[in-house]
Amino acid sequence: MSTRHRTASRARGGSTARKLTYLTLVAVAFFSALPLYYSVVVASRDNSALADVPPPLFPGGNLLANVSRVFDTVPFMLALLNSVLVSGAIAISVMFFSTMAGFAFAKLRFRGNRALLVLTVATMMVPTQLGIIPLYLLMVKLEWTGSMYALVVPALINAFGVFFMTQYLSRALPTELLEAGRVDGCTTWGLFWHVVLPAARPAAAVLGMLTFMSAWNDYFWPLVVLTPENPTVQVALSTLAAGYVSDYALSLAGTALGTLPLVIVFALLGKQVIGGIMQGAVKG
Amino acid sequence: MATRAPDQLRVSPPHPPSRSGDPARLRHLLYRLDVKASPYAYVAPFFLLFCAFGLFPLVYTAWVSLHEWTLLSDVHTFIGLENFTTLLADDYFWNATFNTVSIGVLSTVPQLLLALWLAHLLNRPLRAQTIFRVTLLLPNVTSVVAVVVIFSQLFGRDYGLINWALSWFGVGTIDWNAGTATSHTAISVMIMWRWTGYNTLIFLAAMQAVPRELYEAATIDGAGGFTQLRKITVPMIRPTIIFVVITSTIGAMQVLAEPLLFGIYSITGGPDRQYQTLSLFIYENFTKLDFGYASAISWMMFLFIVVAAVINYLLTRRARGSLT
Repeated sequence: MSTRHRTASRARGGSTARKLTYLTLVAVAFFSALPLYYSVVVASRDNSALADVPPPLFPGGNLLANVSRVFDTVPFMLALLNSVLVSGAIAISVMFFSTMAGFAFAKLRFRGNRALLVLTVATMMVPTQLGIIPLYLLMVKLEWTGSMYALVVPALINAFGVFFMTQYLSRALPTELLEAGRVDGCTTWGLFWHVVLPAARPAAAVLGMLTFMSAWNDYFWPLVVLTPENPTVQVALSTLAAGYVSDYALSLAGTALGTLPLVIVFALLGKQVIGGIMQGAVKG
Repeated sequence: MATRAPDQLRVSPPHPPSRSGDPARLRHLLYRLDVKASPYAYVAPFFLLFCAFGLFPLVYTAWVSLHEWTLLSDVHTFIGLENFTTLLADDYFWNATFNTVSIGVLSTVPQLLLALWLAHLLNRPLRAQTIFRVTLLLPNVTSVVAVVVIFSQLFGRDYGLINWALSWFGVGTIDWNAGTATSHTAISVMIMWRWTGYNTLIFLAAMQAVPRELYEAATIDGAGGFTQLRKITVPMIRPTIIFVVITSTIGAMQVLAEPLLFGIYSITGGPDRQYQTLSLFIYENFTKLDFGYASAISWMMFLFIVVAAVINYLLTRRARGSLT
């Protein structure tokens, strides 16, 4: 009775505030989506239409023509292929190695367990971008400049992934299950393979998605180490934007092409991705 | 931290050691080795990779910075601190430092305040909660290249949507790219657009761990939403705020793609270097193949980042004193 009374009074008192909250959130959502929407408008128009006053606010019919111009101007097919392969390889590797390390940190006893975990988290704060010159020299030495190895190998595992899987496994994997496996004579590797990997699947999938996205969107390092002839999507897009300055229809058609697949996947699986980001954020 | 010690796998051999023969003893030995040593093997890949491609390059930068080092010649002359003395007298360096700080403050401060407020708004039962969250994160899924290309069009002088919208309010045509203040604003808007939603979700995650009863008690006491945010939420999620402030600072110090692409691939950050950031200054010297000088800038930047992170840490820690 008293609970109901309280909720009722809260709802009455907060109804204006509630409306304001919704209004603000709708406005924020609007401004979050507007630039993406408008890029599609420009990408589907003729360049001359952009000079109109007021500017065009709805998509036109030139999208396919602009897209085919993208493929004629830069090696976009190759870029897409490169990006899919690089991001895919990185995602799979990060999922696997992070689960391994997460298993050890969350469930295995060894000297220095906690200290090493803290160290792992601390490395997230190291601005590694500053080491880009020696990293480039290293790639020259390894003869990996211009090749996808230069992108994949340094990214095979990262601190965020390790921390993320540690969090998940220490919460979601029952230790009894591992003990039962031990009693049955499983080695540590056996436990990892038969018990941990299957149990880690939901979190690993989210981690894989997050990793794929950030690898797909990575720009600076690919720009430094690759050539325009053998680019990733982001490098190809920047070539496009730099070379055809006033041709907004062309560069935004390329942008739409390189962005929309990811945005659509995200819109479909957004709930899981967001859950993943928020879980990774809570530092216990 | 994340590990809870009592929950870890207890080490008890499946078969007690017996004297029945060598094979059993060998099995036991292998078992001990597996239990003792294999955890290190499981965590090793991360540390190996980090040392090879993260730590080593960073440290080696210091060595390179003490040399006259170009990719064109195999001879690297040791010149001591000469790169650093040149750097400190270099106007372009101080210009880049100013731009970095200016863009950093302009993009980070409003962004984090907005993120905190949005998280506060989302931290209550709402309809369409998921849709709001997904749209909030949409900008973060967009690549930085796409963001800048899109916003360069929006900020266009002649046919840009933003100048068109501003003209309703009687604002004349702004050449966003030309001035220092305008270009910094434009670049900050891009950064804010891309990162506000992400930080909102991080804050929201922390807020959801704050006990509901605190808010209920405050509501009964008649505290409004803003007071609750100030007096309950902020002190309760302070560790997360410190974390976000520091990572945002580190990120803001390293801004590169936005000015590079906003200037249509101008490594000088506009004709008057009006928005060349430190990272872009490093990249400029990198493309000139002057690796020694570029490394010296990197190390100065590292110093700046550490100082900025420490200052922010102290500021956010002090903020707690005035809030509780």
